[in-house]
Amino acid sequence: MAGLTTTRAMDTLPKLLKHHAQVRPNHPAMREKDYGIWQSWSWSQVHDEIMAFAAGLSALGFKRGDTLAIVGDNRPQLYWAMAAAQTLGGTPIPVYQDSVAKEMAFVLQHAEVRFAVVENQEQVDKLIEIMPDCPALKTLVYKDPRGLRDYAMDFLHAYTEVQDTGREFIKAHPGFLDAEIAKGTGSDLGVMLYTSGTTGQPKGVMLSFDNILITARNNAEMEGLGPDEDVLAYLPMAWVGDNIFSMGQAYVCGFTVNCAESGETVLTDMRELGPTYFFAPPRIYENILTTVMIRMEDAASWKRSMFKYFMDVAKRVGTRILDGKPVSGMDRLKYAIGNVLVYAPLKNVLGFSRIRLAYTAGEAIGPEIFSFYRSLGMNIKQIYGSTEASVFICVQPNGEVYADTVGKPAPEVEIRLADNGEVQFKSPGVFQAYFKEPQKTAEEKTDDGWVHTGDAGIFDENGHLKIIDRAKDVGHLNNGAMFPPKYVENKLKFFPYIKEAVAFGNERESVACFINIDIEAVGNWAERKGLAYSGFQDLAARPEVYDLILECVNQVNDDLAVHPMLSGCQIHRFLILHKELDADDGELTRTRKVRRRFIADRYADQINALYDGRDSVYVSTEVTFEDGRKGTVSADLRIRDAKVHKVAEPLRKAS
Amino acid sequence: MSVVADLTDINQASAAAHARRIGDVVLSVQNISLSFGGVRALTNISFDVREHEVLAIIGPNGAGKSSMLNVINGFYHPQEGKIIHKGVERKSMRPHEAARRGIARTFQNIALFKGMSALDNIMTGRNTMMKSNILAQALYFGPARREEMEHRKFCEHIIDFLEIEAVRKTPVGRLPYGMQKRVELGRALAAQPDILLLDEPMAGMNVEEKEDMCRFILDVNNEFGTTMVLIEHDMGVVMDISDRVVVLDYGRKLADGTPDAVRANQEVIDAYLGVSH
Repeated sequence: MAGLTTTRAMDTLPKLLKHHAQVRPNHPAMREKDYGIWQSWSWSQVHDEIMAFAAGLSALGFKRGDTLAIVGDNRPQLYWAMAAAQTLGGTPIPVYQDSVAKEMAFVLQHAEVRFAVVENQEQVDKLIEIMPDCPALKTLVYKDPRGLRDYAMDFLHAYTEVQDTGREFIKAHPGFLDAEIAKGTGSDLGVMLYTSGTTGQPKGVMLSFDNILITARNNAEMEGLGPDEDVLAYLPMAWVGDNIFSMGQAYVCGFTVNCAESGETVLTDMRELGPTYFFAPPRIYENILTTVMIRMEDAASWKRSMFKYFMDVAKRVGTRILDGKPVSGMDRLKYAIGNVLVYAPLKNVLGFSRIRLAYTAGEAIGPEIFSFYRSLGMNIKQIYGSTEASVFICVQPNGEVYADTVGKPAPEVEIRLADNGEVQFKSPGVFQAYFKEPQKTAEEKTDDGWVHTGDAGIFDENGHLKIIDRAKDVGHLNNGAMFPPKYVENKLKFFPYIKEAVAFGNERESVACFINIDIEAVGNWAERKGLAYSGFQDLAARPEVYDLILECVNQVNDDLAVHPMLSGCQIHRFLILHKELDADDGELTRTRKVRRRFIADRYADQINALYDGRDSVYVSTEVTFEDGRKGTVSADLRIRDAKVHKVAEPLRKAS
Repeated sequence: MSVVADLTDINQASAAAHARRIGDVVLSVQNISLSFGGVRALTNISFDVREHEVLAIIGPNGAGKSSMLNVINGFYHPQEGKIIHKGVERKSMRPHEAARRGIARTFQNIALFKGMSALDNIMTGRNTMMKSNILAQALYFGPARREEMEHRKFCEHIIDFLEIEAVRKTPVGRLPYGMQKRVELGRALAAQPDILLLDEPMAGMNVEEKEDMCRFILDVNNEFGTTMVLIEHDMGVVMDISDRVVVLDYGRKLADGTPDAVRANQEVIDAYLGVSH
């Protein structure tokens, strides 16, 4: 595996591009599965495509300092458009493609965007709809011409046309682009990412080239990444992770970025590709495990026995082998046989055969899920980061991978804990500012230049950081006991049957929860029991499903009861929601995190019902469909009591 | 030089472009009568289909709509009457001749090969265009291989068009009903027909699936210019997407005209549409 040929002196993305076009012109830089076949572009081809588009943009009037909105799925042309904007000294702003028009309008307005590059007709329609609200937006470029035959507007341009114009422009002004690239430095703005806030309006995080590239390089060097990696680009381009993995690190290392064919084909694409470097949020690893378990239940009995036997072997020794710890010869033999019969074929089917490094972050991952993958020999590790940090704050080093920590500070990152337990950090990845929000920027940074993360954490005996909860969400029950809602929710979500949970208890007598069932896992369970149901709402209301969830809640209570500090957080009552919490309805952020305040407002009645002893409560919620239309969903939700263990009288709050 | 436009402008432009594209009569059905023993399925039906238009055939169950499609297709041979297709008059035609002459269809109850994958099913639609003989295809070398690649390329365009990439390798029998209908539409499109006959393409679908299917039908008509004749029960769909409507009842034609005209026709209201109370 080759080392890095790039150096810190190449301090902008375009400069790195030039380097790879020279040093590895025939090495694949990007692939896309189009019409069923993986099409591939080498670094020299990608270089030409980007330059052509940059020149075309310039011909359309794009100037240094302009912003370029990018809306669509992961497509090579959109990544090239980002690099093209950077070549001209402008700033790309990738936007979440599943945003409703209003959210998109806010971002485009706030950033005063004049140019946008979008994927297809759906996005073109959305932007045309919000154009009256975004007076600066004057030029739209689309990649896929399907359905756009009758759109005769002169502000609409086809991507390939822009590139053709660009090639003419380059012939006429040969040194222009190189001169522009030479003007760029590491402190220039590289990208602007609007965070989907858990509270309030999105903020535009400004990241410089130094932010992205230094962080990318530090991590690549730490993990030994090189130009032969294969990465699958399938997570939203507006998310900071994709900007580091599919842009920053790709350009620092020179490895290949593969664009998935569509959201639904990700697993098939993974299987065909066999990426070597992979990121997924915990819920994807969980879904995959659930699917595997469900399919195993359908297998022949001898297959199931073989699976169970060898998975037990893996559970005992697999993680130890991966961590390089001593293991007996007999066990090693069994593991090797298991590898041939079970682990390798399983990893092959999931597309994990070639993975050398897999990350997960964003939420706590269930310990069983974590050890499942590690016991198969897959090096999955947790990281901790944020958009404001250019991703990496903490990374688990190889050999020190635990389910309940987020690791040690990443290279060049300093961490300290404030008096109230909040994690604060300083690093070369720290964002420049929130665009046009000097007040909020000042609030985010401390007086002495450290950044608030808003998370409460502690360091354990191994020097690893453990995140407890969002600092401002850690509350207290009426009797003074500490209540970290996320801790309780994560314990619930570790069960495959529970997809999402919201725990309440701050300034209340006891803890109570909303629960969303996982339709896949519970549906499968219902099918095996012979329980017929007509859809999510029906299934979620069944008394048998309530019993199933009750068992999970009781188990969580059993776990909590033995914790000295947390035994007061046992769940007394819960209800199962009639519909999934949804980002389109504002209940979750676009990265699927719970928006606590919003939910507390919207479901105030139901929360009160949990606490006033009622057996059931009526709910009627307005929902937003994907195209922005609204409807209502209503149901009677039953409330159940859980089994709670007696706890010792907790310490009173110091007055 | 309008910089600000909105979706109504686009819709109007689309509608105008569509209206311009409708051409001359490409299929003419004249005085068709069809009986099965004593049962009169169709009695003296006549109507025209113009090029590039979307024509809907509606009517209560048993009115003879599917029989009408089968006659156009060549499955049933009428006792009386004639069909003039692209200027050529004929009374009865074999289904494979109809296929060769550019008529393709889908079926009400789906007639896909359940054991084959979606991609393979769509490839079978290219059957009439495959030139290499059976031996070359069995041995799969040279010209047969090249031909297969060409056809595969075309089928992938269709798969992309219908957004079914995720299921291209799945045996069709395992797909949900709505997906199977889409694959069948894909197979019909693979034959690159001039006229596409759709027998209840939206049967059994929920609102979202119907909207998707409508969009595909309109896109096919828009992009490839295919003339569409569809049988449909959902009045909303019919009124929305068709250029003209033919109403059948008990084997007779009740009305023939634009959706608005048909909607207001008293006989049609009495026989089929009804009134809201």
